Amino acid sequence: MTAIRSSSGRRGAVGWLFILPFLAVFAVFLVAPLLYAGYLSLYTKGLATGTTFAGLDNYTRAFTDPSFLKGLWLVLRFSLVVIPLQMIVALVAALVLDEVTGRLARFSRLMIFLPYAVPAVLGALMWGFLYSPSFGPLEQISSLFNVQAPFLLSQGNIFYGLLNVVTWQWSGYYMVIIYAALKSIDTSIYEAARIDGANARQIALRIKVPMVSSAFVLILVFSLIGTLQFFAEPQILGPIANGSVTPDFTPNIYAFNLAFAYAQFNYASAISFALGFVVFLAVAVFMVATRKRGSIFT
Amino acid sequence: MSNRHLGAKLFLLALVCYFLIPVWWLVVASTKNAQGLFSGSGALWFHGFHLLDNLHDLFTFNNGEYLRWLGNSVLYAVTGGIGSTVISVLAGYGFAKYSFRGRNLTFALVLGAVMVPLTALVIPTFVMMSNAGLTDTVWAVILPSLLSPFGVYLMRVYTSAAVPDELLDAARIDGAGELRTFLRVALPLMRPAVITVLLLSVVATWNNYFLPLTMLSDSKLYPLTVGIGLWSQLASSNNGGGQSLWSLIITGSLVSIVPLVVAFLTLQKYWQGGLAVGSLK
Repeated sequence: MTAIRSSSGRRGAVGWLFILPFLAVFAVFLVAPLLYAGYLSLYTKGLATGTTFAGLDNYTRAFTDPSFLKGLWLVLRFSLVVIPLQMIVALVAALVLDEVTGRLARFSRLMIFLPYAVPAVLGALMWGFLYSPSFGPLEQISSLFNVQAPFLLSQGNIFYGLLNVVTWQWSGYYMVIIYAALKSIDTSIYEAARIDGANARQIALRIKVPMVSSAFVLILVFSLIGTLQFFAEPQILGPIANGSVTPDFTPNIYAFNLAFAYAQFNYASAISFALGFVVFLAVAVFMVATRKRGSIFT
Repeated sequence: MSNRHLGAKLFLLALVCYFLIPVWWLVVASTKNAQGLFSGSGALWFHGFHLLDNLHDLFTFNNGEYLRWLGNSVLYAVTGGIGSTVISVLAGYGFAKYSFRGRNLTFALVLGAVMVPLTALVIPTFVMMSNAGLTDTVWAVILPSLLSPFGVYLMRVYTSAAVPDELLDAARIDGAGELRTFLRVALPLMRPAVITVLLLSVVATWNNYFLPLTMLSDSKLYPLTVGIGLWSQLASSNNGGGQSLWSLIITGSLVSIVPLVVAFLTLQKYWQGGLAVGSLK
C-alpha cells in the first residue's frame, strides 16, 4: 500500500517535470507581461514631473478617450459582422463538402483552406492590389459594364474591404474544423432519419448542425479573440488607403502608435490592458452563456 | 438527385474561384514586368513572361535583403515552431497522464490563458525585453513565440483520448522509466496531434507581424512579413521610384507563401484530422 502511494507520489512529481518548461514560458511571457502592463498602467511619465503614481487615471482617460472608444467600437462592430459571415461561409462549405464526394470535393477543400497558409500581411496586400484602381481587375471589370468601381479602401468602404480580406483569410480554416467534426458523426443516424422521412436539408439543419455545435464554440472564441485584436491587415493597407486607416483605427494600432510614435508606454500599456480585459470579458461571458445552454443553436 | 449535386458542384467551383482569385492574380502578376503591371491590360491574364527576371531582381535587390528576410523567417518559424511544439507536447502529456496536486488549477490557468489576447502582451513584453537589453535581437522574436496555451490544450485533449493508460502501465511493469515510456510508447500514438500543433505554431510564427514589427528596428533581422510591409510602405510613399518596388513586392509575396502551401499540401493527411481535436470533447 505504502509502496503504491510513494510510487504514485513520485509519478506526480514526474508530471510536474513534464509541464515545467511550459510553466516557465507561461510565467515569463504571459504572467509577467500581464502584471507588468498592469503596473505600468498605474503610472504616468511626464517630461517635467518624471514617473509618478497615477492610480486609475490612465483607465479613466482610456475609457473617456474618443480615439480608444472609436477603435473599440470599430472592432466590436467588425466582429458582429465578420464572425457570422465567416461562420456561414464555413458551415455551408463544410455541409456541401460533406455531401459531395470525389476529386472536385477534395480539391475544393484544399483550395478553400489555402488562404490560411497565407500570412495576414500578404493577404491584405494582395486584396489591396486587387482593389487598386491602377492595377486591379475590379476597375477593368466594371468598365466593361460602364460603371465606376467602388474603391474598397476609401474612408466609407474600408470596413467592407477589410471584411472581405478577413473572411477570405479565415473561413477555410473554420471550414476544416467543422468538416472534421461532421466526418466524426456516425452516419447510421442519417439512415435512421431518412427512414423517418427526413430530407437532406432537414438532416443538415436538424442533425448535422446541432451535432457540430462544439466546433462553433471553438471557432467563435477564436474569431472573437482574433478580430478584437485587429492589427496587421489595416496597418498594412494603411499606406495605400489614402488616410482611411487613422492612427487610432483599432485599439491595437492606437496602442502601437502611442508607444512607438509618442513614447507613451504607460498609457499604451493601459490601452493594451483595457483591450485585453474587454476581450477576456467578452470570451468569458460567451463561454458561460454557451455552457449553460449546452449548445448555441438549439 | 444528380441535379442537386450539380448545384452543389457549381457552388463549390464558385467558392474555389473566390478563394483562388488573389493567389491567381499573384501568380500572373509575378510573371509581368513593371510596364505590364501598370499597362492596364487584363490584370487576371498573362502579359509576357518575366518571372525569372523578377526573381533575379528580388534576390539581388539591396544586397539580397529579401534572402536575408527569408532566412530570418525560416529561423524564427523553425525555432519558435519546434520549441513551442516540444513544450506543448510535454505539458499536454503531463496534464493528460499524471495526476498531481494542483493539476486542475494549473490547467484552468492554461484555459484562461487561451482567452488572453496575445497582442495585448506585446507592448509590456517589449518594455521588459528592452530593460533586459534583448530588443533588436533574434531572441525578442523567438522567446515569446514559445508560448502556446492552445497547443497545450490540444495535446492534452488528444493524448487523453489516444493514449490508453493500460499501455503506459504495461510499459512501466516491463521496467521502462517514465521518459522512455513517454518517448517509446506515448509519443508515436500522439503523432497526428504533434504534427498539427507543429504546423499551427510554425504558421503562427511565420505569419506573425505585430511582434517582430515591435521588437525589431534593425532591418537585417526582419522576417518576410515585416520586410515586405516595409517595402510596401516605401513603394506607396514615393510613387515615381515605387513602380519597380511593386513588382518586387508581388514576386516576394509569391515566394513567401510557397513554403507553407507546400507544407500543408504534403502533410494534409495529418492536420485534417488533428485540427478537429480541439472541438471534440
